Amino acid sequence: MASSVPLHVNGQATTVEIDDPDMPLLYALRNNLGLHGPRFGCGLGQCGTCTVHIDGEAARSCITPISSIGPDQRIVTLEGLGSPESPHKVQKAFMDEQAVQCGYCINGMIMQAAALLARTPKPSEEDIRNELANNICRCGTHARILRAVKRAADAA
Amino acid sequence: MITSMASRRAFLGAGGSLVIGFALGGRALAQGQAPAPAGPSAPAGGPAVHKSVALDEVDGFLAIGADGKVTLFSGKVDLGTGIRTALTQMAAEELDVPVERITFVQGDTALTPDQGPTYGSLSIQNGGMQIRQAAATARRQLVTAAAQRLGVPAAELVVEDGTVRPRSGGQGLGYGELIGDRNFSLKVDKDIVTKDPANFRVVGKSVQRLDIPDKTTGRFTYMHDFRVDGMLHGRVVRPPGLQAQLQQVDESSVRNIPGLVKVVREGNFVGVVAQTEWGAIRAAQDLKLTWSNWEGLPEQSRLWEHVRATPVAKDDVTSNVGNAGEALGQGAKRLNATYDFAIHTHGSLGPSCAVAEIRDGLLTCWTASQMTHNLRKQLAAMMRMPEEKVRCIYLEGSGCYGRNGHEDATGDAALLSRAVEGRPVRVQWMRQDEHGWDPKGPPTLIDLRGAIDANGNITAWQSEFFIPQGAAGNVALVPAELAGLPHEESMAPGNIIQNSALPYSVPNVHTVCHRLENTLFKPSWIRTPGRMQNTYANECFLDELAAEAGADPMEFRLRHLKDERGLELMRRLAVLSRWESRPSPRRDAGASNGGGTATGRGVSYVKYELNRTYVGAVAEVEVDRGSGDIRVKRFFVVHDCGQVINPDGVRNQIEGNVLHTISRTLKEELTWDRSMVTSLDWGSYPVITFPEVPEIVMELLDRPGERPWGAGEPSAAVIPSAISNAVFDATGVRLRSVPFTPPRVKAALQQAS
Repeated sequence: MASSVPLHVNGQATTVEIDDPDMPLLYALRNNLGLHGPRFGCGLGQCGTCTVHIDGEAARSCITPISSIGPDQRIVTLEGLGSPESPHKVQKAFMDEQAVQCGYCINGMIMQAAALLARTPKPSEEDIRNELANNICRCGTHARILRAVKRAADAA
Repeated sequence: MITSMASRRAFLGAGGSLVIGFALGGRALAQGQAPAPAGPSAPAGGPAVHKSVALDEVDGFLAIGADGKVTLFSGKVDLGTGIRTALTQMAAEELDVPVERITFVQGDTALTPDQGPTYGSLSIQNGGMQIRQAAATARRQLVTAAAQRLGVPAAELVVEDGTVRPRSGGQGLGYGELIGDRNFSLKVDKDIVTKDPANFRVVGKSVQRLDIPDKTTGRFTYMHDFRVDGMLHGRVVRPPGLQAQLQQVDESSVRNIPGLVKVVREGNFVGVVAQTEWGAIRAAQDLKLTWSNWEGLPEQSRLWEHVRATPVAKDDVTSNVGNAGEALGQGAKRLNATYDFAIHTHGSLGPSCAVAEIRDGLLTCWTASQMTHNLRKQLAAMMRMPEEKVRCIYLEGSGCYGRNGHEDATGDAALLSRAVEGRPVRVQWMRQDEHGWDPKGPPTLIDLRGAIDANGNITAWQSEFFIPQGAAGNVALVPAELAGLPHEESMAPGNIIQNSALPYSVPNVHTVCHRLENTLFKPSWIRTPGRMQNTYANECFLDELAAEAGADPMEFRLRHLKDERGLELMRRLAVLSRWESRPSPRRDAGASNGGGTATGRGVSYVKYELNRTYVGAVAEVEVDRGSGDIRVKRFFVVHDCGQVINPDGVRNQIEGNVLHTISRTLKEELTWDRSMVTSLDWGSYPVITFPEVPEIVMELLDRPGERPWGAGEPSAAVIPSAISNAVFDATGVRLRSVPFTPPRVKAALQQAS
C-alpha cells in the first residue's frame, strides 16, 4: 500500500512515497531523494558503505527500516556533512591525506569517523581503529584513512 | 536536495563531428559530478558520434576546443587507482597545458581508442605512453602551425600554458586559435621525441587526485548512482548449484509485489524487473523456483587431491637452464616442499551494477567494466547483434581487482532490457551474487625441489605449478552461459605462468606449469594473478634453502642476484628496514612453543614478470603461539617502477597492495559445499580490519630518465612470502598453505613442538 513518509534529511523536511514500510532507509535516500553519499554494499549491515547519521549517531541505512524513522529524527548524509567548497573537517582531512582509492567505502569511513569525533574529539589511535573496525575497505586505503581521521582530530 | 535523475534530452540532439567531441567534452568534464556523463547520442547507442577512435590517430586521443580546453580520450579507465589523474598529468606535460584544462573521457567505445583492458599494471606503461606520443605529436603540429602564422621559425617558439609564443617575447597564439574545434587529421608519430624529463613540470609531482573532492562529499556519480529517465530496476536470481537446471517458475509467488513489471526466464537465466529497486529486491527474494539438484563440486577438504588429479592439458616450460634433474642428485643438501594458495574472490565492496537500454536497434550499456571494447564484442555475440549496434560507456564502479562481476552484470542488464522492450534497466547485484558468482582466483599448487652445494650456493632448482590452462582473454559472461547464448568456451585465468621462473642466477633450473584441463570455479585474474602465487612459493622456498645453508636470507638473495637494479633495490631495503644480518630462524625461535608471543622478520623480492618493476619487502610479525594469530606489525617496501608519474599515487597503490594482500594471505579463503560457494558475505569471507593494519614504510626509487612501469600490482607479489618467511624466523615453523589462519598456524606450531 503506497504511503507518504515524512523525513528530515540534510536540514530539510521532505516526504517520500513508499509502498513497503520495511524498505530500508538506504533506498529512500538513494532512489527517492537521489543522494549518492550512502551506498549499497551488502544489505546486511556488515560493511558500512551505507552509513548515515541519525540524530548525530552513525547508523547503517541498509538495515534500518524506513518505518523506524520518526518524523523528528534528523538524518544527515555525506552530502549534508559538507561540500567540496565547504567540507566538514573530516572530509577536508580525507582530501588532504588523499585517503581514497576507489572511494566506494569512503562514505562510511567519513560518516563513522565524524560521529566518533563528535562524541570523542581527541580519540586515541586505538579508539579510531576500533570505531572503524566494522567498516570494510577492499582497496587497502586503511593506512591513509587512519591518518586522515587523526588529522581531522588534530584540526579540531 | 540533490537529484541524480539524468535528463536524456540534455544529451540528445547534438550532431556533427569534432565539435560534438567538445560539446561532449564539456559534458564529460563533469563525469564525476554530472548525472549524465554519457555522450550526446548516448541513448541512441553512440554510433552516431563521428569521432575517431583510432589508436594511431591523434584525434583518437585528443581534441582541443576553441576555448583552448583539451579533452583526453583514454581507453584505459580509472578503477580507483588514480590513473585518471596520472594520465592527465602525462598529457598536460607534453602539451604544456595545466592539468585543470584537461577533461578526461574514459572507456567509451564510441569515443575512446581500444587501448586494451585496464589490467596487468599496464595503464601507464602502455596506455600512458600512447597518450604521451599522441600529445607530443599534437604539440609539434600546433607549434608548426603557429610558426607559419607568426612567421617565426618553430625552433624559436615556446609553449606556455597552452599558448605558442616567440621565445624572445611578443604576441602568441593559443591552442584554441590554432586548432579549436577542428580535427588534427594526423597520425601519431611513434618515433617522436617526447619531452626531456629534465624539463618536466607536472610529471613526477604528487598532483592531487581530481576525483577526491567529489568522492568525499557525495557528489561523485559512480556506476551505482547512474540513472536515466524511465529506468526500471532489475535483480537476478542465480541457481543454487553452479550447474543446476531450472525446472519450474512459480510467478504467482511474486504477484503481490508492488510495481513488478516482469519475471524474465531464458534457460537457466532468471531475473526480475520492477518499477522500484525495493520491489525488484523483494521479487528476487520471494520468487519461487524449482531447480535440479547439482552436486558436482569436490569436497573442500579434498581440494588439493582434486587439483593433483585433474588432467593436464599441456605443459608450459617457463625456464630450462643446465640440467636441474641431474644437479639435484649431486647437491650437498636437497630439499622438497609443496606450497598451496587458496581460491579467492575479488569481493568488490559495491556489488556489480550496470544499466542497459535498447533503442532503435542500438544497445547502450553503462558499465564499470575494465574492458569496455572487449565487453562490446561479448555483448554483441550474446545478443546476436552487430558490434556496431552496441556501445559501452564506462562509469567508475566499486574497485575491482581484475575481472570481477561488472561485465556479467552488464550482460544481465542487456538481457533484462531486451525482455522489457528495450526500456532502460538497472541491475544491481546483491552481496551473495557478488561473492557467489564473480569469477575466482584459481587454486594454485606448487611442488619445489632444490639443492645447495657445500658453500651454500643453490645448484639446482626444479618446480612444478599446477594451474588451470588459458591466458588473459574474455571471461564468458554468466548470463550468456546460463541462458545458453553464445559465449566463450575457453577459460581465461590471466597470464598466470608469469614469475614461475626465477629472478635469480642459478646454474640448473627447470620450471614447468602443468596447465590443468579444468578448475572448480570459473577463473579470472585477481590483482597480481599467478605472479603472487608463484612468487610466494619461490620466495618461501628460497628462504628454506637459505635456512638449510645457514645463510642470512637477505645476503642469500644478494648472492644469487645478478641484476644491478635488483641489487641496488635490495641493498636499500636492508638499510630502510635496518636488516640485522643473521640466519633464520632466530636463535630462540624454538623456545616456549607452548605459549607467548614470537617476533620475526622475513624478506622477499620480485622482478615483475622478470622484465619490469622491482619490489623488495620486509615484514615484521608477531605470532601468538597460543592462538596461532599472526599480527603483521610493520612492512618495509622499496619499489622501482622507473619513472614515477605521481609519487603519491604510487604510494597509495603500494599501501593498497600491502593491505589487500595481508588480507588475502592471513584471512581470505573461498568456501563451498558440493553445489555452490558458501562464503557469501563478509561474515563467511572475512577480510582485513582496521585493528590489523600495520605500519607501512616505503621508499620509491624514482628514475625520471627511465621509462615508466606499472605500480598497480607488482608490490602485492612479495607480501605472502615475506609474511611466511617472517613467521619462520619467529617460530622456526614454515607456513606453506595460504591463508595462514589461526587454526592452521596453531596446528603447524603444535606439529613442530
